[in-house]
Amino acid sequence: MSLVEARDVAVRYGAREVLHGISLSLEPGEIVTVVGPNGSGKSSLMRLLIGAQAPAAGQVIRKPGLRVGYVPQKLSVDRSLPITVSRFLSLGDRHPARARDEMLARVGVAHLAAAQIANLSGGEFQRVMLAQALLQRPELLALDEATQGLDQPGTAAFYRLIEEVRQELGCAVLMISHDLHVVMSASDRVICLNGHICCEGTPTVVSEAPAYRALFGLGTEGTLALYRHEHDHAHGPHDHDHHHADAP
Amino acid sequence: MLDDFLVRATLAGLAVALAAGPLGAFVVWRRMAYFGDATAHAAILGVALSLAFSVSIFIGVAAVAAATALIITALSGRGTGVDTVLGVVSHGALAAGLIAVSFLPGVRADLMGYLFGDILAVGRSDLLVIWGGAALVLGVMLWRWQPLLLATMNADLAAARHIDPKREQLILTLALAALVAVALQVIGALLITAMLIIPAAAARPLARSPEAMAALGSAIAALATILGLQLSAQMDTPAGPSIIIVAVAIFLVTTLVSGRR
Repeated sequence: MSLVEARDVAVRYGAREVLHGISLSLEPGEIVTVVGPNGSGKSSLMRLLIGAQAPAAGQVIRKPGLRVGYVPQKLSVDRSLPITVSRFLSLGDRHPARARDEMLARVGVAHLAAAQIANLSGGEFQRVMLAQALLQRPELLALDEATQGLDQPGTAAFYRLIEEVRQELGCAVLMISHDLHVVMSASDRVICLNGHICCEGTPTVVSEAPAYRALFGLGTEGTLALYRHEHDHAHGPHDHDHHHADAP
Repeated sequence: MLDDFLVRATLAGLAVALAAGPLGAFVVWRRMAYFGDATAHAAILGVALSLAFSVSIFIGVAAVAAATALIITALSGRGTGVDTVLGVVSHGALAAGLIAVSFLPGVRADLMGYLFGDILAVGRSDLLVIWGGAALVLGVMLWRWQPLLLATMNADLAAARHIDPKREQLILTLALAALVAVALQVIGALLITAMLIIPAAAARPLARSPEAMAALGSAIAALATILGLQLSAQMDTPAGPSIIIVAVAIFLVTTLVSGRR
């Protein structure tokens, strides 16, 4: 059974329609990435699938009792709310202190258990949010631009961890990401969104779809060339781009 | 002992203080100060309607306060800025209440008491209702504490964990309306929000966990109630403002002391 299935769904905020004609399903264990320009409804789609947004039309069917680990795009904790990282991780479901500490160690912030959430840096905060999501032992891990605020090594470690966790828990991963390079190499399926699903499929299929090219234009040619270059060693006509690296 | 009006007023005030700690913490965390004001301002209209239809003031005030809060919640999703909706409803409710009261000569004389609190007003049977209402609010806060906290930090995060943030907001709104009803006699409609915000704000610099902030808020509100009512009795000042001025003094002390550290 699918984890989540959307059938001809629309989402509206007041009179403004942000999504329409959305039909898709998420299967256990697959990594699906949503790409699309600003305002294309990526976050709305994610909120819809995890149950945070009600559809204005159509229906969303979730597997009963689906465990979702969610890392929202924006979460600012008001400074008026005093709460430690460790207490935050035990909100709602009481995970034992050892499980919390282990998870913090795993995302690389073991030293922050007693820190106040409001005092964390952007990168630290994203790691704590990931720990929170993973503690749910999710069947579906939903990441909305989860690498923002992380530096390059941090981002790389982040994606390695996600891959590890997927192997371990067998969870599906739904990501919104602007790291097109990573998206193209790490996803089973890519959904190209702009108010509706423009195209979807394996990274290779999507990268060649006219709809995708129309949205992302020439800017992605380099990314895709890089992708092919790294993974297939098929040196295309863009090969000359790489000579810059050798310049003194 | 209950024959002494000051003892009765203090006991009533302590009930309000106890419930105001945790509820006030949420009002501060969720930035609902103006929302609280609008709900409390509706209390005057509640008083007028209760007397006109001869129902208990507690019931009438709680019902009108809850209705006002629900109207705001319904309106704020519809394009007009939340701030503006609150301004319209808050002052609209107060104006309507004051006009309604002007038709009732009996209440007209007591208007100061309803606006600013009246320690002479608390009778023996009122005490029972006030403690009952405060216990109800406190019970609801304890029952919904975890999900409310999660929904306050992030509504989507709560939804992903099968907690309905709208339901939690509704529960908080109704608890607020109930508190407005029980606090009206002691604090008065105009200053009920102050009783929610100031103790919580005074507790903030001393607290490292949400629970500590709520508990300290209750303790600070209780202290302000006891000292404020003494002040009111001795200086013949209105009850609500006297309690609030003590709470403000405590706020200044905790803020300055923590700022120096």
